[in-house]
Amino acid sequence: MSVSIMDSEPKLETAPFDPRFPNQNQTRYCYQSFVDYHRCQKIKGEDYEPCEYFKKVFSSVCPGDWVEKWGEQLENG
Amino acid sequence: NGNMKSPNLQDAASPLMEQLIFFHDHAMLVLILITTLVGFMLSSLLFNSLTNRILLEHQTIETIWTILPAIILIFIALPSLRLLYLLDEVNNPSVTLKAIGRQWYWSYEYSDFTQISFDSYMASSQDISESEFRLLEVDNRSILPMNTQIRALISAGDVIHSWTVPALGVKASTVPGRLNQIKFQINRPGLFYGQCSEVCGANHSFMPIVVESTSIKSFLNWISFNSDN
Repeated sequence: MSVSIMDSEPKLETAPFDPRFPNQNQTRYCYQSFVDYHRCQKIKGEDYEPCEYFKKVFSSVCPGDWVEKWGEQLENG
Repeated sequence: NGNMKSPNLQDAASPLMEQLIFFHDHAMLVLILITTLVGFMLSSLLFNSLTNRILLEHQTIETIWTILPAIILIFIALPSLRLLYLLDEVNNPSVTLKAIGRQWYWSYEYSDFTQISFDSYMASSQDISESEFRLLEVDNRSILPMNTQIRALISAGDVIHSWTVPALGVKASTVPGRLNQIKFQINRPGLFYGQCSEVCGANHSFMPIVVESTSIKSFLNWISFNSDN
């Protein structure tokens, strides 16, 4: 899933279609994936691999500004 | 070719846009036929010295000229609905492009692999060569692979803009705080131009969009090249 630039070329792969969000407005898809990733980490611990699916999704889908802002908000409690 | 002064739709670069053009041509033909027929009847009535003093009603003809338009409308409605549902089809995108509208430029992000982001400003008329399009060229184009399903997620940083590429048949408003999705596929390599389509301030006319479509391999090379920086 994650790509190491050193050894292999990146494949064409992105966050898949999610039937929970079939319409044009994908704001919720981004927000939900972000929240699910952090909840998953909190519940299962930082090293739990399947949590990375949510991270992959919100990295692809969420604008960088939003991720930064939410990250700051998380840090500030 | 993004700079066309003719009153035509640009050549399609996407299968959906092709279908839109076919529908447009079909509907336009129907309209031209109706207009010609009505125009002919109107002018032949006007320039005619016949008089009928006893005309009261005529059920048959009234029925015919109610049913016939209904049939014509069905001929328009069926392709229209077909296209409507075609545009809504679910597909599985392979690439996600994020376009954020700001005053007065676009920011593009590619985060499927590594974080690539850059801004795309209009190239000023002084910096343009003879063969390039004034007010349409940008310094950094958004590069996309051809023949792949692309998901474009668009938003805005400040005021409402609109991201559009007519050759691909896509246009959607970018609203701050909202992420709009547009799906498309490009079926030939080349440069495709668009312009911000929602009035957004002083330089609204000066924040164009350029999509450079290239082979999948070249796209992956470009990603690798930019990720290292």
